[in-house]
Amino acid sequence: MSTIYDVTVIGAGVVGSAIARALAGFELKVLLVDARNDIGDGTSKANTAILHTGFDASPGTVESRLVHRGYELLRDYCAQAAIPLQNTSALLVAWDQEQLDSLPTLQTKAEKNGYPHTEIVSAEQVYATAPELGAGALGGLVVPGESIICPWSTTLAFATEALQRGAELRLNTEVRTAIIESDYTILTTNSGTIQTRWVVNAAGLGGDKIEALFGFERFELHPRRGELLVFDKLAAPKAPVILLPVPSKLGKGVLISPTIYGNVMLGPTAEDMTDRADTSTTEAGFAFLRSKGEVLMPSLLNEEVTAAYAGLRAAHDQSDYVIQADAATRYLVAGCIRSTGLTSSMAVAEYVVELLDDAGLELAERTGLPPTPTVPPIGEYQLRPYADADKIAADPAYGTVVCFCERVSAGEIRDALTAEIPATDLGGLRRRTRAHNGRCQGFFCGARLTALLNQAADDTKAEARR
Amino acid sequence: MKSVSARVVIVGAGPSGLRAATELAPKLPGEVLVLDRESVAGGVPRHCDHPGYGIRDLGRFLTGPGYAQRLVHTAVNAGARIQTNAMVTGWADESTLEVTTPQGRRRVRGEAIILATGARERPRSARWVPGDRAAGVFTTAELQQQVHLERLPVGSRAVVVGAELVSWSAAMTLRQAGVRTVAMVTHYPKPDAYAVFSGPGRVMFATSVLTSSRVTRVVGRGRVSGVEVLNEQTGARRLIECDTVVFTGDWIPDHELARAAGIELDEKTLGPRVDSTLRTMREGVFAAGNVVHPVDTADIAALDGAHVAASVLSYLGGDTRSAAGAPIVATGPIRWVAPSLLRPGAAAPSRGKLLMWVDEYRALPRLVATQDGQVIGSAKLAWPASPGRVFRAPWSVLAKADPSGGEVRLSLG
Repeated sequence: MSTIYDVTVIGAGVVGSAIARALAGFELKVLLVDARNDIGDGTSKANTAILHTGFDASPGTVESRLVHRGYELLRDYCAQAAIPLQNTSALLVAWDQEQLDSLPTLQTKAEKNGYPHTEIVSAEQVYATAPELGAGALGGLVVPGESIICPWSTTLAFATEALQRGAELRLNTEVRTAIIESDYTILTTNSGTIQTRWVVNAAGLGGDKIEALFGFERFELHPRRGELLVFDKLAAPKAPVILLPVPSKLGKGVLISPTIYGNVMLGPTAEDMTDRADTSTTEAGFAFLRSKGEVLMPSLLNEEVTAAYAGLRAAHDQSDYVIQADAATRYLVAGCIRSTGLTSSMAVAEYVVELLDDAGLELAERTGLPPTPTVPPIGEYQLRPYADADKIAADPAYGTVVCFCERVSAGEIRDALTAEIPATDLGGLRRRTRAHNGRCQGFFCGARLTALLNQAADDTKAEARR
Repeated sequence: MKSVSARVVIVGAGPSGLRAATELAPKLPGEVLVLDRESVAGGVPRHCDHPGYGIRDLGRFLTGPGYAQRLVHTAVNAGARIQTNAMVTGWADESTLEVTTPQGRRRVRGEAIILATGARERPRSARWVPGDRAAGVFTTAELQQQVHLERLPVGSRAVVVGAELVSWSAAMTLRQAGVRTVAMVTHYPKPDAYAVFSGPGRVMFATSVLTSSRVTRVVGRGRVSGVEVLNEQTGARRLIECDTVVFTGDWIPDHELARAAGIELDEKTLGPRVDSTLRTMREGVFAAGNVVHPVDTADIAALDGAHVAASVLSYLGGDTRSAAGAPIVATGPIRWVAPSLLRPGAAAPSRGKLLMWVDEYRALPRLVATQDGQVIGSAKLAWPASPGRVFRAPWSVLAKADPSGGEVRLSLG
């Protein structure tokens, strides 16, 4: 007899993983599925990696409430799970009179969003904070609570904890149809069927397709591509804080931000697309970012570009998150979650549990939950294994550096290849360890990493045969 | 953290570091310690599995791996200690390095420190080449390590970006790995390696060299399926099918340690600024090899090692003058010059040569040196200045330069 899951969460991004983790805290049989070959491999992996205070949300929205709540929850969780997080603060820079005039409005808006700590500063103070900024800044707004975070480690911690609490994970599993029976729903996928009482749609950019399977058309999604340039770590002193543009109707605009790995990021672009898989960068995107960089911080362009990538955000026609449960079809959607979803993820999960409870899902707290797992210390400001004398003394593999630019040790690579949710390709290894993400992009370590990945794949096959 | 000290600490066990160690070890009481982050010493020649090494320094014709082994043996026999898997991660103070090894974290102090960290090729990202993030994109070094060290397959059809010396080295490796080089793409109007390579090379590798062209996009979901090439003269774009792209040349010194220490860099080479005796602007810190001139051949780097050794001996013997003097500045089609500092009383550079890199081809170049508005020297050279390889000129062109004067400017007349 095949298993009937209590809840199947579709989408193992940051939101879906947070939901699976929360649900696995109850006596429920939880399944987390994703169409891709790794968790967090869609929208979650390529965002601007900021833990937002929610100062500029639309007051009164679900989004505003969940970002505010999520900020507190995730900040505390980062401490427990050792997720890389750094409170840098942000500085919104006004470049013209109109932007300067809008700062008091933004300050009031922040207060309405429950964030009373912003401060309007003069041009002199702006340049004292970020001396490398281009000429012409007129003033700014400081948001002390804005922080940089590792979006990847966040998803990994959620999904790993979900699994340790008894949830199951199926990757490479694309949901194609849903047959809603009286007691359960049958999901057909590219790799077998799934029987489940409830379905949670956290499919991100694929969310509208899952909606349609359940007969809903509450929103339309389309991909919005954002291209980003990541500059060499040697540029880090140029961006001591997150440098934001003053938001306009066209979105948040181009920012310059330190990253949690010690680099400096310039971007993103915003381009509406039709192809949901096109994560290529473009000549036009690069030219646009170069032109922005020349104004915002000309000296940044003298630095080497370490990486360029594009992420696809799920753009939609709604003014708020769409999080609703339908008891009749035992279906809940967590959709239209914009770039704030990283910050709000734990609060979204909390809210989803509440809605499922209201809709009649029996929730009994699971006792004897395992302690929260810790994720590898890949943040630049954490004690990294290469510098951790105790760790090296206990295991020399942590003192054998394989990726020189990012100083990733053989021990960390081994750990990532054998973890509960292991890396199975170079992308997965990069996200888990930072190996190959540095300035040489594989000149020194690329061949070795390929060999190690091949070896791990052979080991897995041999294990499977046994 | 354990602390150790040595007379001289050399960072990098490539040709220049090993040759410096070979020269210094027998002449100094106390240890000459070479640190290398790789698991095997020898540097880049280890994975250049073709002949052409050791010509100028050893008077031999060796393969890269054979040359690397010989340099290692010679240094060890001379009494130097080579520690591999030793990654220098920063500075504890001006003469002490922080090092990670499998045996633990170490502080390593040297009375003199030589940075011999070499150079690397800019990857695709640093060249701002957009497109898909597909697998199958290499630099020459990664390609050669994959083929010669890890013995892994590569692909079947390659486009090589660049047509300089190292680009032909990549084409050679591709052929050994059973990969056809379908095109080489250079933004220069003519191939930039020696004609002796370019002509027969095209025939030997059955490839075409696309000049005045650049790769504007990498295409492929998952694996590379092609590259878009723009001809900058005609404006025409074409898609070339391939499963492998090798970005060659476009070197940048591995200057991280110099920059982390706040040692002044030359803004053109991006390596530490040195005088003709390879002193940096920081007393007691020297730099040699391709970290100073990105890049010349391995034998030239090794001869730099011999040259810096003499300079270190003189420093340890009490000549601790700092490297102040007149800057030597490259102009016009000259992209960079090394050394780039004229220090009073300093001896001539290695082989008595100024090393330069040019961006335009000149058949019979005339090098002109000016200082404070006056022409102070010039030299007509019997060999061409060509993009893609080092252009060498006699140091004597600066014989009349005044180290206490203004900057010395070099141009091609």
